[in-house]
Amino acid sequence: MRNFVFYSGLCALALFLGACDAFLPAAIPSEETLDGALEGLDQSQRRMHIEGDAAFNDQLFTAETGLGPCFVASSCGACHAGDGKGHPFTTLTRYSHSDGAGNQFLGAPQLQNRAIPGFAPEALPSGAPHSSFTPPAVTGLGFIELVSDADILAMADPDDADGDGISGVPNWNTIPSFITPVPNAISQNGKYIGRFGKKASTHNLFQQTVTAYNQDMGITSTFLPTNPINYAAGTHPVPSGGPVVTDEDVNAVVFYLQTLKAPLQRSAASVEKGKLLFSQIGCEKCHRETLKTGFSPIAPLSQKEIHPYTDLLLHDMGPELDDGYTEGSATNPEWRTPPLWGLGLSENSQGGRLFLMHDGRAHSLEAAILLHGGEGDKSRSEFKKLSDGDKQALLDFLRSL
Amino acid sequence: MIRSLLITLCVLSSSLLLAQTDSLGQQADDSTMNFEANYDRPFLSGASSSLALGGYMEANTLYAGTDGIEEGFSFQFRRLTLFASSTISPNIRFLTEIEFEDGTKEINIEYAAVDLMLHPLANVRGGIVVNPIGAFNQKHDGPQWDFVDRPIEAVELLGATLSNVGVGLYGKAFASDLSFGYEVYLTNGFDEAVIDNDLNRTSLAAGKVNVEKFEESHSGLPMFTGKVAAKLRNVGELGISYMTGVYNEWQIDGVEVDEKRSLNVLAVDLNASITSSTELRGEVAFVSLDVPSTYSQQFGSKQWGGYVDVVQRFYEGPVLVFDNATLALALRGEYVDLNDGTFNETGDAIGDEVTSFTGGIAFRPSAPVVIKANYKYSIITDLLGNPPAYASALLFGIAAYF
Ligand code: HEC
Ligand code: HEC
Repeated sequence: MRNFVFYSGLCALALFLGACDAFLPAAIPSEETLDGALEGLDQSQRRMHIEGDAAFNDQLFTAETGLGPCFVASSCGACHAGDGKGHPFTTLTRYSHSDGAGNQFLGAPQLQNRAIPGFAPEALPSGAPHSSFTPPAVTGLGFIELVSDADILAMADPDDADGDGISGVPNWNTIPSFITPVPNAISQNGKYIGRFGKKASTHNLFQQTVTAYNQDMGITSTFLPTNPINYAAGTHPVPSGGPVVTDEDVNAVVFYLQTLKAPLQRSAASVEKGKLLFSQIGCEKCHRETLKTGFSPIAPLSQKEIHPYTDLLLHDMGPELDDGYTEGSATNPEWRTPPLWGLGLSENSQGGRLFLMHDGRAHSLEAAILLHGGEGDKSRSEFKKLSDGDKQALLDFLRSL
Repeated sequence: MIRSLLITLCVLSSSLLLAQTDSLGQQADDSTMNFEANYDRPFLSGASSSLALGGYMEANTLYAGTDGIEEGFSFQFRRLTLFASSTISPNIRFLTEIEFEDGTKEINIEYAAVDLMLHPLANVRGGIVVNPIGAFNQKHDGPQWDFVDRPIEAVELLGATLSNVGVGLYGKAFASDLSFGYEVYLTNGFDEAVIDNDLNRTSLAAGKVNVEKFEESHSGLPMFTGKVAAKLRNVGELGISYMTGVYNEWQIDGVEVDEKRSLNVLAVDLNASITSSTELRGEVAFVSLDVPSTYSQQFGSKQWGGYVDVVQRFYEGPVLVFDNATLALALRGEYVDLNDGTFNETGDAIGDEVTSFTGGIAFRPSAPVVIKANYKYSIITDLLGNPPAYASALLFGIAAYF
């Protein structure tokens, strides 16, 4: 009996152990998730990517480690969960430096609407023109950063020379002194082309990262060494301990963003009809299917054809999307065409629902399309005219992205 | 709140006085209650001199993965705990429990208290005491449990093992097969790390690590913890416990800089013998706290959760060289909602939940030693309520009293 119990136990255990792997949950297929590194990185690049991943997703700041005093969220990953789109909970507010009446608003452009315990958050000055920005997905941005300024300018049509009702202009903006312009950057009167952000006001991923640390989390760096100030409460602009995030972490996060894979399309074969309609009714005039990247020392990014469905240009989207708020050379109703790759996975990071357009006001794909006014009005009318079956085909195509 | 609890306890203890009382320490085995667990350890049973030494250790292997990403295989030495106890005089005793967690990463005096045993119903205990919140916190030794992992509710919601400097009373009374016990303490409390920590969620576990907690109560106010429990011999024990205190530094040099922000915990625990070889254990806890409205909803003002364990002994007898071995099947289901509320922005429910199931076998070659094999499957939902992550772990562990 003694030995029987022992050996039968041992056998059961061995069986269990032998099947170890079978007991682990299955992996999520790469095309079903936004996060994940580019294929083809070498080992040291993979290591750097992992370091950046940890700083982006796992480094959660606290009052003790420099958060705030005023902030919006405490980590990059809190707003860009799974590298996907964000949720109204982390939607941030930007407001203008002044209004038409000449009132100046200190603390603009970004509202830090939360504060660590013991401090007061910033309040939106009454009457300040403002807009809300829902966090976008951050995948495939390494490719987008490598689209040349020349290619972006080639897509622009400021005076609508071809008469299709769609102009498209880049955002010419000043860049901070800590930014080195992208390779072969084109400048005009000392201003450079922006490509990131809802209004394309940001030049490159480095600028986006440094600014996000500072404005979204109240985290200082050697590049932006002062905290956002709540002028009503006189919070300390400079933390006594010096920069909070290290240059190494900033660089690792930038590398992480650069080396996230581009979203992969799902069931491409079955959505050919929708894809055709997408270009027939003029969506593709702004949401450009194919762009190409320039040279990069990171081989898998270099000189590649990509399918982000954007022209990286600003378009006047009409009065419905005019929040009265501007950045750089973008006018109030102008918004950058957002890339549509990854669109079909949006719900997986937005709490199971959709919050589309710059402020998340559209809760379905159809609602998003119906908000296209101004330069988008023509394609919106074309969409409305589609038969139900064709509409469905178009939406299925969008969901496959 | 504290006052009404104290009144309840007074009424309760006076009614207990009317019941038949017995001297502590001379009870039949099955009347030992959870709150007496610290003096109910094997190292004390055969102690012949006034000083007794003992302890326990817990170690395990871990093989785990989440959504197909394997986290690899590790050996973990979770804790080594040393006990020393001394009967100073017939009615004064001392016990301490010093714990080394994860090697020497954390060294804690988990317990160090002197008991003045005045009357079965009124004994004074002072020093570093275990806050009597829930049953696991009171009875947390690895060799007592049939699972490698501690219950999530006890660790995440109650910060088990939770102990603090303080003083209080405890006592016990009998009425035939029924015993009643109570414990009330005033101790130092939590600090702001409860809502300011790099877990990015409300966590009593994070709020208890303050190294100054043995010197001062962070809020300048004591925290109250009280528990009442009733036990029916050979059936089971039911306990209700409550903890309340202020966790923030609301005044500096006498100047009020914030409101007093309170933290309250209610726990109910049950353990029952369904048959002579089937045991049921469970606990549920509700945490609520006052979080500044200008702070992030990332840090919830309510949490709750619990666990249920069923342990079925299915073999008792000789195995190899061990004459009195036992084998038991152990099942655990648990759930915690780490942020119970709805988003201000959308009105949708806030996620941050874990549901977990564990199945396993516990082999005791002799009573103070247990070898455990567990399979644990967890479903983890993030704050926003996105599609969950699935995680599983295979754990083999050993826990032994010495
Ligand atoms: C409070 C929420 C929040 C936090 C925290 C946050 N972001 Fe963002 N992020 C946003 C929003 C909103 C935008 C859109 C900003 C804009 O339009 O200018 C954005 C835009 C971006 C973009 C540009 C994407 C694109 O397609 O244009 C990148 C890259 C980015 N964030 C990276 C980061 C990094 C890196 C961090 C951490 C250092 C971070 N974010 C922290 C909300 C956040
Ligand atoms: C004139 C250029 C233009 C055209 C044409 C256009 N779009 Fe857009 N689209 C935009 C801009 C700009 C936005 C972002 C508006 C905002 O953020 O408020 C946008 C947003 C969207 C979004 C929401 C994306 C997100 O991430 O929130 C979808 C979906 C979309 N467009 C689909 C389409 C479809 C389908 C068509 C054709 C019927 C179309 N668009 C035609 C410029 C255009």
